[in-house]
Amino acid sequence: MSFAAVLSIIVSMVFVNNFVLSKFLGLCPFLGVSKQTKIAAGMGIAVIFVMTLSTALTWLVYRFLLIPFNLMYLRTITFILVIATFVQFVEMVIAKKSPLIQRALGIYLPLITTNCAVLGVTVLNINSFFVNGRPVYASFMLSLLQSFFAGVGFALALILMSGIRERLELNNTPKSLRGIPVAFIIASLMSLAFMGFKGFVF
Amino acid sequence: MVIKNNKNKEGLLREFSKGIFRQNPIFVSVLGLCPALAVTTSLENALGMGVAVSFVLVFSNSIISSMRNILPNKIRIPCFIVVIASFVTIVELLMAAFAPLLAKQLGIFVPLIVVNCIIMGRAEAFASRNSVLTSLFDGLGMGLGFTLAISCVALIRQVLGRCGILVMLLPPGALLTLGFLMGGLNLMKKEK
Repeated sequence: MSFAAVLSIIVSMVFVNNFVLSKFLGLCPFLGVSKQTKIAAGMGIAVIFVMTLSTALTWLVYRFLLIPFNLMYLRTITFILVIATFVQFVEMVIAKKSPLIQRALGIYLPLITTNCAVLGVTVLNINSFFVNGRPVYASFMLSLLQSFFAGVGFALALILMSGIRERLELNNTPKSLRGIPVAFIIASLMSLAFMGFKGFVF
Repeated sequence: MVIKNNKNKEGLLREFSKGIFRQNPIFVSVLGLCPALAVTTSLENALGMGVAVSFVLVFSNSIISSMRNILPNKIRIPCFIVVIASFVTIVELLMAAFAPLLAKQLGIFVPLIVVNCIIMGRAEAFASRNSVLTSLFDGLGMGLGFTLAISCVALIRQVLGRCGILVMLLPPGALLTLGFLMGGLNLMKKEK
């Protein structure tokens, strides 16, 4: 795992192939919880956490359960169940152990199960770090890295968007564009700006 | 379940047609946006996606509705997920076998039908409370509404893209098209 490979994954996941702005994964929370920066930051952290840990779980399940029994076609159904169970479990543990984190992240966790960015990143990891059903060199670490920074990219886009939308509240938007339509137009301009990072791929 | 009289038939028709206009999943309920934006680079992709989603929606709606009385309330969501994921796997395998090119074009968005909010939303809000036949028609209508909406976005993007406005085929174009389409629909609704 060379330094250049690591750096290229980081830059690609956070900027060039940003999950929200260029791959359109996780748009529902992107529009739904981007009205206030504080809430957006909470959601961002929750997504990073769930993405990284569910990647670890799904990688292990795929490598040691699905491949040996030749059940690769059950990937989708297994992964969504693993993610849903995991999120439920985390919710229960947090509720029992740490009321502080519960207050900060509690309301976002149920939303994350149906966040397509989480399932998306686990499937993407399998697609990019397994060749013909065999893990590539350092596959597990690369998967973790990729999903962590995919989460960071998601959080970045969410927080930027919430900052813009907070200011937009004070502006005089045409009536028919208020709310979701103008949010799409802003997202489009942000996506255009992020396209400027395209030259970064190395 | 037999359609007994005319009134019943009208009810079914209403369930069917509400998904197309009044409660259109994309433009009105704003659900299931991720595939709507990602696969609308061409009309063929959009139609393929629409058919796949409609297939899953119709079958998951009818199966969930037929199980609605035996599912314990507390674990209904995981049960919905299993039913939906099974049909998505079927679609995935069918598509890989009979339309490999389309499967390659849609890529990661085929397995992601599982987390499409429309399907989960209809299961929770409609199929778990209504009879099998009405749920089936609801699924058909919603699927058709979804297909029409994303085909509309795809058509605009493809035509403008081929006319030389290349950015329409890139990610920003998708967001821009959907934003202005929704704005336009709001404007039309207000004038009525």
